[in-house]
Amino acid sequence: MNHAPNLIPPEKAPPPRDEFTVGVLALQGSFWEHEVMLRRLGVAVREVRLPADLNGLAGLIIPGGESTTIGKLAVAFGLLEPLRAFGREHAIWGTCAGAIFLSRDARRSQPLLGLMNITVERNAFGRQIASFEADIPVPALKTVAPADERPFRAVFIRAPLIETVTPPAEVLATLDDGRIVAAQQGHLLATAFHPELTDDTRFHRYFLHLAGWSAAAAP
Amino acid sequence: MSEYITGSFKVKVGLAQMLKGGVIMDVVTPEQAKIAEDAGAVAVMALERVPADIRKQGGVARMSDPELILKIMDAVSIPVMAKVRIGHFVEAQILEALGVDYIDESEVLTPADEEHHIDKHNFKVPFVCGARNLGEALRRIAEGAAMIRTKGEAGTGDVVEAVRHARTVLGEIRRLQSMADEEIYTFAKEIGAPLALVREVKELGRLPVVNFAAGGIATPADAALMMQLGVDGIFVGSGIFKSEDPPKRAAAIVKAVTHFNDAEILAEVSKGLGEPMRGQQVEDLPEEARLAGRGW
Repeated sequence: MNHAPNLIPPEKAPPPRDEFTVGVLALQGSFWEHEVMLRRLGVAVREVRLPADLNGLAGLIIPGGESTTIGKLAVAFGLLEPLRAFGREHAIWGTCAGAIFLSRDARRSQPLLGLMNITVERNAFGRQIASFEADIPVPALKTVAPADERPFRAVFIRAPLIETVTPPAEVLATLDDGRIVAAQQGHLLATAFHPELTDDTRFHRYFLHLAGWSAAAAP
Repeated sequence: MSEYITGSFKVKVGLAQMLKGGVIMDVVTPEQAKIAEDAGAVAVMALERVPADIRKQGGVARMSDPELILKIMDAVSIPVMAKVRIGHFVEAQILEALGVDYIDESEVLTPADEEHHIDKHNFKVPFVCGARNLGEALRRIAEGAAMIRTKGEAGTGDVVEAVRHARTVLGEIRRLQSMADEEIYTFAKEIGAPLALVREVKELGRLPVVNFAAGGIATPADAALMMQLGVDGIFVGSGIFKSEDPPKRAAAIVKAVTHFNDAEILAEVSKGLGEPMRGQQVEDLPEEARLAGRGW
């Protein structure tokens, strides 16, 4: 029997290598799964639920979940402006709902950070029965894993598509047919899929590299 | 051309993982579904009657009218779940054809099979099932359930059974973890669960799928109580739309689940919510009126 990936922390998390701490927005969604991936890499992690939790972080991951729920909770607890200010200086990575939250337009009225020059279409593949896994090439991952030729196993859950990417944002990955599923704008990263639902740490290391972690390329 | 794989166990559990830390709300109209979405629900359960009314009105409770479910699916952008009777795999086929996002094979409806649950591996749509203890949870997972919830006692507004079931499941997991390897064979036999899953739970220290609380949750404090006991998220059935001020109560429960460990925020969100659902003590219910005993 297969079990849900990353519900369980690694047996003995290695101690943090330095003071470098990454936050995971823990309002709702797959924040625990991201924390497990970061701890496996030896990075100190803090859950972010209130603005003060952002102090001193090197970067932030906004997890998958329901983007409407995350947006409403961010508004209710005064996080929108602090998150925008944080993202102007520090690395932020949004997966799925997090990518929607980073965008400047999601075609409907919901709270967005608007930090990235991308527009998204929510639930672009349809409902849950259309959720899928696929191998996609992500050339940028060579930055942290030069010898690794494998495609990335991307898990799409009621996933959005990135419809438009306008400079300074750039396309990072597409499906075979050219539809955009990952984008980057400087230290900001958006993926329509969920690297936190796999055992492959390359995307997390790529994000940590953007956040300035010196050991991101270590094996 | 890479292959797109749909309906895998990973994407079934994956959706449940995206619902974690969230609140799933029972709704009976598209308007209620909008209220739930606006309050921050992560999903809605589309029903003709909430459990409190099923309990009051009696009769056979079945899958809801597909037309109602479709209207609710059109009204909101969040996932929509719907219930089928235990063992009624044709109701499940119908819900899958409608495109609902999750199926609840639920003891709240009148069981269609008193011996067998649905073989949930046969579906691309994921299933959530109720459980009162570890054995029941693992039997459902063996049948293909991608998400488990406590049964609690639906439609009562009394959290006592949800607490009992969560403590039982989580307590049995703790007990299992302290067992010697040679003791798990008898334990698996005693709880009536497949050995491979028992071994997996011992290794993981938790259920191998997402585990929510359901059945009797009526206040932000109830929701936070279940989260502190160790569940991954919350279902609220009758507790919202049978209360005096559903939008306010719904938003308060959503906030309570995010900040379940912060008593100051819990105090703040619990203020001035109006009357909760009237409720009914489980202790006063005759045995035959209890729903949690359904399922095998």
